[in-house]
Amino acid sequence: MGKGKKKKSINDGSVVVQVIQKGDVWAKLSMVIMGFANLRRKQIVKGLIFLLIEASFIYYMVQTGVNALKNMITLGTQTQGWVYDEELGIDVLAQGDNSMLLLLYGVLCLFIITAFVLAWRANLKSAMEVQMLEAKGRPVPGFIDDVKIYMDQKFNRTLLTLPMIGVLAFTVLPLAYMILAAFTNYDNAHQPPGNLFTWIGLDNFGTILGSGSTIGKTFWPILAWTIIWAFFATFLNYIGGILLALLINRKSVKFKSLWRTIFVMSIAIPSFVSLLVMRTMLQPDGAVNVLLKSWGLIEESLPFWTNATFARVSVIVVNLWVGVPYTMLITSGILLNIPEELFEAASIDGANAAVMFRKITMPYVVFVTTPYLITQFVGNINNFNIIYLLSGGGPSTLDYYQAGKTDLLVTWLYKLTVNSKDYCYASAIGIIIFVISAVASLLTYRKTSAYNNEEAFQ
Amino acid sequence: MNKTRSMSRHKRMKDIASYVALIVLSIIWLVPIFWVVMTSFREEPGSYTSYFFPKSLTINNYVNLLTDNTQFYFMKWFGNTFFVAVCSCVISTFFVLAVSYTMSRMRFKMRKPLMNIAMILGMFPGFMSMIAVYYILKGLGITQSLLALIMVYSGGAGLGFFVAKGFFDTLPKALDEAALIDGATRLQIFTKITIPLSKPIIVYTVLTSFLGPWMDFIFASVIMGDNYDNYTVALGLFKMLEREFINDYYTQFAAGCVLVSIPIAALFISMQKYYVEGVSGGAVKG
Repeated sequence: MGKGKKKKSINDGSVVVQVIQKGDVWAKLSMVIMGFANLRRKQIVKGLIFLLIEASFIYYMVQTGVNALKNMITLGTQTQGWVYDEELGIDVLAQGDNSMLLLLYGVLCLFIITAFVLAWRANLKSAMEVQMLEAKGRPVPGFIDDVKIYMDQKFNRTLLTLPMIGVLAFTVLPLAYMILAAFTNYDNAHQPPGNLFTWIGLDNFGTILGSGSTIGKTFWPILAWTIIWAFFATFLNYIGGILLALLINRKSVKFKSLWRTIFVMSIAIPSFVSLLVMRTMLQPDGAVNVLLKSWGLIEESLPFWTNATFARVSVIVVNLWVGVPYTMLITSGILLNIPEELFEAASIDGANAAVMFRKITMPYVVFVTTPYLITQFVGNINNFNIIYLLSGGGPSTLDYYQAGKTDLLVTWLYKLTVNSKDYCYASAIGIIIFVISAVASLLTYRKTSAYNNEEAFQ
Repeated sequence: MNKTRSMSRHKRMKDIASYVALIVLSIIWLVPIFWVVMTSFREEPGSYTSYFFPKSLTINNYVNLLTDNTQFYFMKWFGNTFFVAVCSCVISTFFVLAVSYTMSRMRFKMRKPLMNIAMILGMFPGFMSMIAVYYILKGLGITQSLLALIMVYSGGAGLGFFVAKGFFDTLPKALDEAALIDGATRLQIFTKITIPLSKPIIVYTVLTSFLGPWMDFIFASVIMGDNYDNYTVALGLFKMLEREFINDYYTQFAAGCVLVSIPIAALFISMQKYYVEGVSGGAVKG
């Protein structure tokens, strides 16, 4: 099972070419009638399965598939509307095409075609296999033997089948649909079934990235704030978490696990609870303002969520409440691993605590946790919960399209989807977020040992 | 002599300073938690009061929350969430273990491509596909049902295999090879050798997937719409904060928050060791 060993088998090269060059009549016939070669060699069950797949595929294509593909190109031509009914003598509502469903069926059809092509190739492969076995005079495995192989050499396929179906149905298919929607004008003015939407190419990206429209004027400030937010949220949490971990790790501090548990509480509580509570506490009449007033520190309530700058600072500060303990939890183990000699040598040389922190602790921790830092940065770009639950993106402004001053790209995406039903813009923004995350992660993840040395410990 | 004394005084000052810092920080960190617990026992209704400490305390908020079913069905929601969490946790755990075992222990042509695809899929924001998922569920005719929630929470679970794969990567491969020589099948290796050795990562996977449904309210609200009967706890509590309910129900909301948070926080705190291993094992190795 060595990694470098490439098994030379019929897996390599194109099966189709092989069948055409070396296949016998039965194998060639399998190209048209799937499972023919298997049936010929008494692999009845396998052959019948292949045949059944082909029959149902043809039935599907004739019944709906061809139409689905055709409709996917046009996305519907018939708008729903009032048509004069001769028999009744009045106008009746005629069902039009539903672009949304047409696109969905089209995507589904493409998936089914792909699946069929894979099945067809498997059929050819199997045909060549039985042919070769017969040529060598070896017994052809029956269905039971085949099943046994799927519990052993091909166990990977058995294990992956169900998870892959799940991922295909609930991740890949919806994602493919939404990615395609980014190239249509599926916005709130083109909502099926009342209206049709159609392909418009890259126009949405032009609208978002250009500065001509309100959407463009919304995108750039939100992108800037998303980056600023991700930067501050990541680095303040990081520094704060390390300092807190150092504080708790001090040799003279007793009850370490008690302190740690107190801070871990803030991660352990579901975020919707703690964030919703924080939002209430920071309202004009909320607990924080009440406390500050009763101490005589302020006269007027502080506008935590109504002033843009206040709101931005508030989300960053509240995020510290969740994020600092998180970093503390993750890094305390790492901090304990810093070789003690480094500190001893430094203190003999007369370094004080601040210098040691800057010159020893930080470089060491940063070196070890760079991948974690990047994951956090990408995570913060997509930090939906904290913004949605705390400020709801507000304070709202008329300068932006469907967004407020603290909205991140993801919360804007959410609002465009749920509030204004501008699915095409939402999808285009999703793709832009993907590009940002992908660039950030690919740059770092591929350099980590978790990716490159996955067999280091085996 | 003098120097050591000044040093020890210096050290004591530092110790005192660190305790003071820890106590102040602990207070800051505990105030919101303390406030919500206090609000859950407050007798006066309403979301805001012009004072910090409640005037009188009561347990009626809890009693009403659990027994009064005119507007909100907390017990039912709790049951729903528990049911969904158990089902999706079983399915997700199986998916994650199956995929991570395959990716870590077996070698096949599509392995690296599949891993890269999984990573790419993970970079799309999850909310992007929300609406399409909704229409797919609608096409299957199961929107507004608990089954739909289970499918959404566990369907894509197979993509989250990186942490568990990182764990399997650390198990010695010699074990598998020895078993193969002794004639064991891959199925037997998986069930008899790998799984028994993987307690930490199984605990981690089970707990993270069990906690998911308790926290999510976005997918739940898109799928459930107005079907109150099938709400989950998070969604129901979120509903209580809507304008028409917030004044009458805020204290009950707080009580609900406390009731949900206790088991979840207890689970998290007890599993934090596994959690740290899980997170840092995959990401922090450098």
